[in-house]
Amino acid sequence: MFKHGIVVFPKSMRLRDILTFSLRAATANRGRVLLMLLAMTIGVGSVVVFISLGDSARRYVIDQFSSLGTDLLIVLPGRSETTGGPPPLLGETPRDLTLDDAMALSRGRTVGRIAPIIAGSAPISVQGLEREMLVLGSTAELYEIRHLALSQGSFLPPGDPSRAEAVCVIGLKGKKELFGNGPAIGKWLRIGDRRFRVIGILSSPGVSLGEDLGEIVIIPVAAAQSLFNASSLFRILVEAKNSAAIEPTRKSILETIRLRHEGEDDITVITQDAVLTTFNRIFKALTLSVTGIAAISLVVAGIMIMNVMLVAVSNRRAEIGLLKAIGASRGQILGLFLAESTLLSTVGAAIGLIVALLSIQLAGVLFPQFPLQLAPWSPAIAIAVALISGIAFGVLPAHRAAELEPALALARR
Amino acid sequence: MIQLQHIERVFMVGEEEVHALRDVNMAAEAGEYIAIMGPSGSGKSSLLNILGLLDRPDSGSYELDGTLVSNLDEKQQAAIRMHKIGFVFQFFHLVPRLSAFDNVALPLVLSGVKPDERQTRVSAALAAFGLSNRARHRPDQLSGGQRQRVAIARATIMQPSVILADEPTGNLDRSSGIEVAEILEELNHQGMTLIMVTHDPEMGKRSRRQVLMVDGRIEGRTREDRGQ
Repeated sequence: MFKHGIVVFPKSMRLRDILTFSLRAATANRGRVLLMLLAMTIGVGSVVVFISLGDSARRYVIDQFSSLGTDLLIVLPGRSETTGGPPPLLGETPRDLTLDDAMALSRGRTVGRIAPIIAGSAPISVQGLEREMLVLGSTAELYEIRHLALSQGSFLPPGDPSRAEAVCVIGLKGKKELFGNGPAIGKWLRIGDRRFRVIGILSSPGVSLGEDLGEIVIIPVAAAQSLFNASSLFRILVEAKNSAAIEPTRKSILETIRLRHEGEDDITVITQDAVLTTFNRIFKALTLSVTGIAAISLVVAGIMIMNVMLVAVSNRRAEIGLLKAIGASRGQILGLFLAESTLLSTVGAAIGLIVALLSIQLAGVLFPQFPLQLAPWSPAIAIAVALISGIAFGVLPAHRAAELEPALALARR
Repeated sequence: MIQLQHIERVFMVGEEEVHALRDVNMAAEAGEYIAIMGPSGSGKSSLLNILGLLDRPDSGSYELDGTLVSNLDEKQQAAIRMHKIGFVFQFFHLVPRLSAFDNVALPLVLSGVKPDERQTRVSAALAAFGLSNRARHRPDQLSGGQRQRVAIARATIMQPSVILADEPTGNLDRSSGIEVAEILEELNHQGMTLIMVTHDPEMGKRSRRQVLMVDGRIEGRTREDRGQ
């Protein structure tokens, strides 16, 4: 390259030197740096908190559903779709779901357990104490299907569901209301005008899907039929043998009921899977939209970074001119200023992440009933966005610095 | 070693064209000591910027150490500035947040020299300019003469073949100014070509050759080869 003297190849700066130089340049002006870090902290912090909020809400709902068992199908009387045409002259009411329908379904090849349910509210009384409670008529298999747990005694006895034995299982809270702290197993209570013997007490799993399992009385389905003087079922819970069997089970339920109901598709089958998927989608969309709102603050932070860097470039014109005079190339200047903005936004992002973590911890202490936890991928997203915005918003100032004419930049002040 | 031929430089000031340099031809041998003199606005700083590759001429050619540097691209010119040219400015242009040591080390940092090698070279340079006990001081803790010595140490840390000084004593008191001039002359004795812009006749007289500029042109040479 040169005739005399040493042959030189332009070497680049060592990474550590770039970082040291940028760090010292960035920290030379405390006020501006603090402002910039604050903006980035708020931006990244709010994004992480909002993502975590949305994700925790999603997980909460999914957990609630999963406690029902995921291979569950719920059969409801009536169709959920609107069928076309004007209403028929003689009002078409859907046929009732009967206990016989449930028995027919239980013979399906892919069906594991099955639990017919009749639900109603009735006054429960023990020696003058009376309380209105939810009464569920079902069979022994409800225990497994709903993942119930007993604190004392036993559940409904297995056997012919059409036998109306006068026994009941009572929720823990209901037991306390009616029997106090005394023993309840073997005692009699009155539901409406009938007497039932208490054979079991549920342990307290709390609220499941809006039903308070603490204040509930479970009796044999046939007893509930005569208690409410109705033969129609509220719903039938069907558990498929495994998750692969859910779809065949749904088809066979529709087929069986159509045959039994003179060719009418007058039931609705909800699969747990479909409900879960829908909720998942809803909450993901929600999370995305609140994250988008929070991301606006990240953009504001990015613009702040750009502003601070532009000011830094014009304040340090002489320094940039000097760096060029002693041999810094355009690329090196660009790299130094990009490193500076990236460094600042990364530090801001890290602080934002810590602030988010702390506020999530704090929320956990303040609202223990809502299980808020950091979404596992939110730190990665926040840091990535911070880096990208630090670089993207740093490009313009860095470019301006690199393009500075050294002769002009060094001209007398 | 330096050959300028038919250098033209025109600036646009508003709508008006300003001829900063008109058909400048200049040659300098290795080891020369030249003072570029002339009234302000005569183009002497523009000439120094061209010589230092801080500015590109609109036309003409510039040969340095046998290389036609006016045709090199930006990155190659930066490499020439780094390895062949040392700058000394009137306002020192030290980076205010860096210590004397770090200011001198800047060219080494930019060219990727390892830290331990930097340590030895910078310490040696500071010692040579009598600044060893000022290594950790920032520029605002140094006197004018000390600042200029730091700047000279920085300009020479890469062992350049030419030193370009723009009014190096213009911002110093008389005794500091003489001290700085003596340092530069000592470097010139060691073989570095020294080209200095000044409007101070005292300083001009010290050089071995003066180049007088008027209105963007070189007006003949005065006091040529005084020392020989």
